[in-house]
Amino acid sequence: MFQIIPDRNQLVVAKLTDHFGEAIERHEVITDMLCITVNKEVINEALLFLRDDKEMQFNFLTTLCGMHYPEKEQLGLVFHLHSFVNNQRIRIKTSTDMSNPVFPTSTTIWPSANWMERETYDFYGILFEGHPNLVRILNVDDMTDFPLRKDFPLEDQTREDKDDSMFGR
Amino acid sequence: MSENQKQIVKPTVAEAPEGVSGQGFFATSFEKAVGLARKNSLWPLPFATSCCGIEFMATMGAHYDLARFGSERLSFSPRQSDLLMVMGTVAKKMGPVLREVYIQMAEPKWVIAVGACASSGGIFDTYSVLQGIDRVIPVDVYVPGCPPRPEQIIDGLMKIQELAGNESLRRRHSKEYEDLMKKYNME
Repeated sequence: MFQIIPDRNQLVVAKLTDHFGEAIERHEVITDMLCITVNKEVINEALLFLRDDKEMQFNFLTTLCGMHYPEKEQLGLVFHLHSFVNNQRIRIKTSTDMSNPVFPTSTTIWPSANWMERETYDFYGILFEGHPNLVRILNVDDMTDFPLRKDFPLEDQTREDKDDSMFGR
Repeated sequence: MSENQKQIVKPTVAEAPEGVSGQGFFATSFEKAVGLARKNSLWPLPFATSCCGIEFMATMGAHYDLARFGSERLSFSPRQSDLLMVMGTVAKKMGPVLREVYIQMAEPKWVIAVGACASSGGIFDTYSVLQGIDRVIPVDVYVPGCPPRPEQIIDGLMKIQELAGNESLRRRHSKEYEDLMKKYNME
């Protein structure tokens, strides 16, 4: 039965905290979009719960990308989920230590995560356990570095002709 | 009445090179004749990747008309073209592809790098963009611009015509050319 729920964001937070408790580290609403930080241990369970729950039905993974916080030495993931049924979007974030950047794969939950996880691996070096084909997708296959990490230099280092004074350095 | 008289415009013909002419014959150096033929019939391979490709489309259109210069027939097959026109940003992943296309072209072949991205990477000095196609293939003419106007692309083609018209027939077998090919690992 279609019910008009006054605040779907509150509903999602309530359901998640009931089910997972302490694993939901923080939640806030930024410009009408709910952003939830989840502990890495329960991330896959939480995503499955969000997808399969009959009241929330977050059946569409809009995007999945990586984050890098060098000052905290953390690599993380950001998931944007969308519920077609309820027209609601939420953001889920998880983080892990840079020494062990491994997350469980979401391809079992949403097949579209396949290429998104490959891109996250390509640019941040985050590994996904259980991914069917975790290889680079956009960069050259034999590249050894991870370009979107904050410590990767912006400019191509093989150029010798750029004069520092002209380029404001 | 004089306004209604049409101006008779003689069609432009290519200038004949120096030579000896007489009744029913014209003798000139083989190099000059071949150069004349080649330069006025350069068939381009438009390797258009980005915005410069759009400027090239304008150049091929009726207003700027590259076909006047003999480049009437564009071919996307490297085997059937003389001039490789690289127009636009070439990514590092595209580099080997461009190299293969260049290797498949038959001699004599010329390369023109149109635009800032093809010449030097342009404003995209990043991890993904090849900083100039001369890192993978030898280039004859660079046309700067972002994007260059059709007139500039035509100017670049005219410079290639100068090169093609004045090229020695033995150039492709010379030591310098072989060294150039070795530099790019193309034997």
